[in-house]
Amino acid sequence: MIRRNRAVRAAGLRPTTALLAGLALVATACSGTTNAGDAKDGFTQAPQSDGPLTVWVDSTRLAAAQLYQKQHPAVKMDIVTYDGDANGSNYLQTKVSLFNRTGNGWPDVVFSSQNNEATWAVTAKFAAPLNKGLLPQSTLDGWARNANQPCTVDGVVYCLRNDLAQTVLWYNAALMTQWGYQVPTTWEEYETLGKKVATEHPGYLVGAAGDTFTPEIYLWASKCGANQITGPKAVTVNTTSAACTRMASLLDNLIAAKSMSVSSVFSSDFDKNEADKILLMPGPSWYGGSLFQGTFKTPKGQVGIAPMPHWADDQSPSAGNVGGGTWLLSAHSARLKAATDFLTWVTTSDDYQGKVAVGYPAYAPAAKTWLAAQAASGYYANDVTGPLQAAAGQVWPDWGYGQFSQEAIWAATVTPGLTAGKTIVSMLPAWQKSIADYARSDGYQVTG
Amino acid sequence: MTAVEARPRRSRAAPAFVAGYVILLVAFGVVPTVYAIYFAFTDSGGAFAGLANFAVGAADFRFLPAIGHVAGYLLCWLAALVVFVVALALLLHRLGARGVSRTLRFLYYLPGALAGAASVLVWLFLLDPAVSPIGFLLRALGYQTFGQVIAPGNLPVLFAAIAFWTGAGGWIVVMYGALNTISPEVLEAARIDGAGAWQTARRIQIPLLRKWIVYMVILSFAGGTQLFVEPQLLSQASVGVAGRDYSPNQLSYDFAFQNDNVNTAAAISVELLVVGLVVAAVFVVRSGFFDAD
Repeated sequence: MIRRNRAVRAAGLRPTTALLAGLALVATACSGTTNAGDAKDGFTQAPQSDGPLTVWVDSTRLAAAQLYQKQHPAVKMDIVTYDGDANGSNYLQTKVSLFNRTGNGWPDVVFSSQNNEATWAVTAKFAAPLNKGLLPQSTLDGWARNANQPCTVDGVVYCLRNDLAQTVLWYNAALMTQWGYQVPTTWEEYETLGKKVATEHPGYLVGAAGDTFTPEIYLWASKCGANQITGPKAVTVNTTSAACTRMASLLDNLIAAKSMSVSSVFSSDFDKNEADKILLMPGPSWYGGSLFQGTFKTPKGQVGIAPMPHWADDQSPSAGNVGGGTWLLSAHSARLKAATDFLTWVTTSDDYQGKVAVGYPAYAPAAKTWLAAQAASGYYANDVTGPLQAAAGQVWPDWGYGQFSQEAIWAATVTPGLTAGKTIVSMLPAWQKSIADYARSDGYQVTG
Repeated sequence: MTAVEARPRRSRAAPAFVAGYVILLVAFGVVPTVYAIYFAFTDSGGAFAGLANFAVGAADFRFLPAIGHVAGYLLCWLAALVVFVVALALLLHRLGARGVSRTLRFLYYLPGALAGAASVLVWLFLLDPAVSPIGFLLRALGYQTFGQVIAPGNLPVLFAAIAFWTGAGGWIVVMYGALNTISPEVLEAARIDGAGAWQTARRIQIPLLRKWIVYMVILSFAGGTQLFVEPQLLSQASVGVAGRDYSPNQLSYDFAFQNDNVNTAAAISVELLVVGLVVAAVFVVRSGFFDAD
């Protein structure tokens, strides 16, 4: 999954204003009823017709849609780029809500960089069930274990995971060797090294804590129970447990030592001032392709990859997860055959997932091809296969996928305080309250 | 030709001129408003809900903070608007050289000619020390990163600055026009009585501009309570760090599209309408806005 830079995101304007809402409301009042279709494949299908296949993708996945068009010139396609719902922007839900009112306009297939779309897309009757006839079970069995868990509601699969976003520890192999440092395997070693770097090589970084997904990298990996979804509308939130506070203290200590940045890795100031000062960087699998290769243009042979550190007293190492996009197929599609063909190709084909995609494919056979291609590219300083494959199975399962955006909550609640010099530990109770507030506003029962 | 003969032709032309506006007003003003009022008092099934939607809106944890944010913003913005617009219009009016005055009027108006969202985007770049042309100024003020610039305490001033930059130019031109309607004899008399620039402005021009100022405040207040584009774009640009759920209008938007609760969204917009109407009524009555001169 890719985070887009600020300029691109800002340019991806959401058509807003109450006027639009008003228009939609008027349009609803004026629109007639649509023909009832046939119940098949587990949902009521719209009457099928010819016409272009409408596909919504973000700028990164545009390559996928264009490649498909090139390989299948007979398929008429209408490719639309949008912000991909990045950082919980909610664009897709807003649009679907409007389309539901006007009774048309839904895309046939849509990519979202968020993995919690099923939480609203199912009740909004937008997402079509995929394992009730549209896709054969043999195909669905190819996904990595639990990869489609965020897409599954009551045993029905409503979306397909594009990529896994397991976290690992990225590092500058050349500098580590030059300065004689060992890659840390525990968080204790990591903190010690962070403080050492701060004194021996001031300005260099062992991580960044200024992104909206900071909790998903560090606190998720530390098994902090901030987001334990226990039912379709139930969540347990506890941000002040030892698992949370010890990771928060670690971040606070390194921020104080100045070897942990409080800027977003996608911000203009990080790119300008800190991108060439990265020694270590815990982050998701897609950092390799999109951040180091793409945004920072880090030269070949410099970036190494290691398993995420774990606490010394923790016998079962765990990783976090940052996104891992999803593909949804519209239940309103009038071109289900073409839509299903595209969906299958875009999620499973070696041509795209194995050879072009920036993230670690969620479809296991494609992941093999992808890993081989990464190794063959010679971009990385060491073997990426082992750490990435291991981390894929170590994502801590008790951090769930709720309707509310954990990224948006962290951004609004913790990031401004962090910028103003407050410690994360001091803001954990406020974070808890904010999660509970937003969860309740989405109708969740909150326990804590 | 007498006035009696001319009247029928005028009365035929007038409705035609007004019709275009009335049609648009009904389609995009009156109908959506009535529809919103209908939604505000019904539940999702269309049954009468009394004040339940208003209660849900008011009980939401984001409601009171949003009111507070907009109050702070209005304070900064309306004060800046009244003071600077009047001052700049007076300065323009005093400028003897017509060419300079015309150029300045055009320059003041220019930012307003940019579409609302586009002009906010300009500011997003302006406020990021890493890419801003006035980055040195921001750094001199102690702001090293975009995150520091958009600290919660700075937002009312920032939004007021953006709104002023995009909206004040038009008002300056309007005030300048209003100043031109003041009879030269009155100003001449004041000068003969020994009034300087300051005295003329304070005792003659500003009192005569009062209705225009009230008019500006009424419209700006209504527009200001509906603050939306500035925080919404800032929220996207800052990946949600600042500006999310900042104003009641955004909260209404979130209720409609995130919480799937159109009825509460409508209730909040009806509240905004009521606030705008009440404040306008107070200003109109207190200022004698509709009194004949």
